[in-house]
Amino acid sequence: MSEKMAPRDQGVPDHSNLLHPGMARNYGKWDYHERVRPGVLRYVAESGESLYMVRAGSPRTMSPETIEKICDIADRFCQGFLRFSMRTNVEFMVEEAEQVEPLIEAIKSELGFPIGGTGPSISNIAHTQGWLHCNLPGTDAAGAVKALMDDLIEEFENERFPNRVKIATSCCQINCGRHADIGIIVQHHHAPRINYDNMKICDLPKVVAICPVAAIRPKVVGGTPSVEIVQEKCMYCGACHGQCPSMEIRDAETDTLSIWVGGKGANTRGGPSLMKLAVWGLPNNPPRWPEVSDAVRKILDAYKEGGKDWERVGEWIERIGWQRFFEKTGFTFTKYHIEDGPNAMWTYNRSTQVRI
Amino acid sequence: MSKKKEGETGSDKTKLNTPLLDELESGPWPSFVTDLKNWSRKKPAVAQLLNQLEDSYETKWNYWTGTVLNVTGYGGGIIARLSEKAEEYPDLAEFHTIRVLPPAGFVYSTERLRNLSGICERHGAGILQLHGLTGDILALGFDNKGSRAASEDLMANGWDLGGSGAALRSLQCCVGQARCEMACFDTMKTTRFITNHYISFLHRPEFMYKFKIKISGCGNDCSNAMISSDMPIMGTWRGAMQIDQARVAEFIDEKGVEYLIDNVITRCPTRCISLKGNELVVDNDDCVRCMHCINVMHKALKPGKERGVTICLGAKRTLKIGDTMSSVIVPFMPLETEEDFEKLTDLIDQIWEFWNDNAMDHERIGEFIARVGLGAFIEGIGREPDPRMVSETRTSPFIKFEELAPGRLEGEQKQEPTVWQREPESSESSP
Ligand code: HEM
Ligand code: SF4
Ligand code: SF4
Ligand code: SF4
Ligand code: SF4
Repeated sequence: MSEKMAPRDQGVPDHSNLLHPGMARNYGKWDYHERVRPGVLRYVAESGESLYMVRAGSPRTMSPETIEKICDIADRFCQGFLRFSMRTNVEFMVEEAEQVEPLIEAIKSELGFPIGGTGPSISNIAHTQGWLHCNLPGTDAAGAVKALMDDLIEEFENERFPNRVKIATSCCQINCGRHADIGIIVQHHHAPRINYDNMKICDLPKVVAICPVAAIRPKVVGGTPSVEIVQEKCMYCGACHGQCPSMEIRDAETDTLSIWVGGKGANTRGGPSLMKLAVWGLPNNPPRWPEVSDAVRKILDAYKEGGKDWERVGEWIERIGWQRFFEKTGFTFTKYHIEDGPNAMWTYNRSTQVRI
Repeated sequence: MSKKKEGETGSDKTKLNTPLLDELESGPWPSFVTDLKNWSRKKPAVAQLLNQLEDSYETKWNYWTGTVLNVTGYGGGIIARLSEKAEEYPDLAEFHTIRVLPPAGFVYSTERLRNLSGICERHGAGILQLHGLTGDILALGFDNKGSRAASEDLMANGWDLGGSGAALRSLQCCVGQARCEMACFDTMKTTRFITNHYISFLHRPEFMYKFKIKISGCGNDCSNAMISSDMPIMGTWRGAMQIDQARVAEFIDEKGVEYLIDNVITRCPTRCISLKGNELVVDNDDCVRCMHCINVMHKALKPGKERGVTICLGAKRTLKIGDTMSSVIVPFMPLETEEDFEKLTDLIDQIWEFWNDNAMDHERIGEFIARVGLGAFIEGIGREPDPRMVSETRTSPFIKFEELAPGRLEGEQKQEPTVWQREPESSESSP
């Protein structure tokens, strides 16, 4: 250990040196904002100063060359500062209205990033690692997002929905993509196949303990301690696969994708809500997943047409009812759409309030 | 999908060959494939990364396994990835992700961003993801040696590693006061304060399971705290909302009364907004700080002047007991002075102590609360019940009233016996 150790536990860098000067000067003293055009917001401070924010959609996964291009633009236009949004957009800030157009021009021509994602538009898709870099995925994330955003880019660049639409993808049932207005998830359709050849029995008790429904039992296989799965109990969640790679939950032949709708974190109006099943059994079809794009489109078209101002996807469905949702999207309501489990009855229609 | 196989025999698997991925180069959205293909000229490992991804596109199978790798002194921060195809792609034998703590609110100077990117390029593949859904900077593509060297270099340059495993995870917050008029407290300062105060818990997993804190300056929850963090800290206010009637009039001039009725008055969840003549009136006792009306009329309406936070606990995604959502633990507390922040850390200390002492292995706090009940939980952390913690009172009449039970609960005899249990005062009075 001859090398010197760098200091530990420094924590989060001090943001006060990292703020655009316009942000630093008016910190905590903002008055209002205006939507100048899709992708551009103007923030007005109590002092009367303005700050224009131009939002550009990034692919999230970027090389140093792209980072350098981003920095170069921020140096030329934004006094050397920038911000990233929660949904992997890059935000460039300028103080003068006249700088906005040249900035947009530079972003488009040098980076090729689209401008948008503000207000009632589709923002960048929150996505996960996928085949690029996770140990669990049944599908890809960045590629699926690229394909979907190619299709939806006009909705990123315009603000023509009743309210904002947040889309998220998850490449396994752990669901790092979380809840969203529209969520796309991989689904498995059988219990994990146990790859006994590969099994190293590193953490046997942990694999047994991780199963939420106690479907994994210790068992001696070929003279060595191993595990078996009680097929009837297993709900194909894949939790065990995270603990042990030999619990092979994914399946190239049978895994499918499903789409969920109506998740929302904001406390506005009815408050936060979880997303619910809209359509299942879509093929996992790289490199462009056209069936997923189609289904997302159907939801978006119906929402755009039927949603009232400020209604998020879930609120729109709540108002028109699930029956109309299935009519308008053309999806089929099946027995799998009906919740099971201990709290299921609270999701049944417990009245005679029925659209007839 | 057979086109790839043609003429491939004998070809060098480390050379870029990605017909399926190439289909992701067309179309208007920026392509990570194009970017990484260009970059692979400088970093041959990236060509192997793309080739392996191409294999996944062809076979729909994943080739990464995960393992654990630590830097000296830390128990997390590196998400180790080993390729199962290391024989074909030797540079992917070890190809790890480093989670780096980003500045609060994801604000950067180009100097810092170049510094970060330069370090990652020096010691690994240099690919950055800004940002991971965990709220970390994700830097991809380091072998064991590179991971440690990059970590040292990052830390020598003022960066620190993010959380992983059963630990406090990297915090995440909205832009807040730096650029948003809705912000009811300093989200960036709070993020930095909590992270740095508890930095040891972030780097050395010793909890029952992961613990995520996400912070939003108001109920709009731009950091997705309510449905994706164990502990959302949410901006709010006490007392009257600020209303600028002149701007209300401007709003009506511009949008019309109908718009106001359809999109503000009738959309308030507690129906506490009304129009008296040309004045907008809010019944502040009934306002639940949902932010809707302020979003629609953001020039005319503002959060009240006495500001603070609502603190919730419990959200997580489906595993294991099903989704849980966050619910209120502290309806309101100010978060400005040093004493306020001390109260916050006292609260967090108490929550962690009770949870870690009583939860089962792998039990998130939302699952723990669901198991023991919110009533028992708040008692455990020493807080009084408050009706704002529930949306309704209970419906089940099967209740163990400690005060009314004849001293049998938990075998303790601390209560006075209730009236019908007392010994009669004199035997004469008995029939
Ligand atoms: C071995 C197991 C796991 C691995 C390898 C893993 C990996 C990851 C990765 C790579 C991300 C970042 C996604 C991205 O931005 O690319 C992430 C985020 C996330 N993970 Fe996990 N995860 C594991 C277990 C779990 C479990 C068991 C849960 C839920 C109970 C979970 C819930 C989440 C959620 C909700 C996020 C989104 C970020 C956040 O809200 O903080 N993960 N995980
Ligand atoms: S959703 Fe599953 S496969 Fe995708 S990044 Fe998260 S843990 Fe990995
Ligand atoms: S997939 Fe889920 S339910 Fe099935 S054995 Fe694994 S952990 Fe248990
Ligand atoms: S959560 Fe509220 S304060 Fe934070 S950025 Fe969003 S609107 Fe602004
Ligand atoms: S913030 Fe929400 S609850 Fe309060 S007055 Fe406005 S719409 Fe009503």
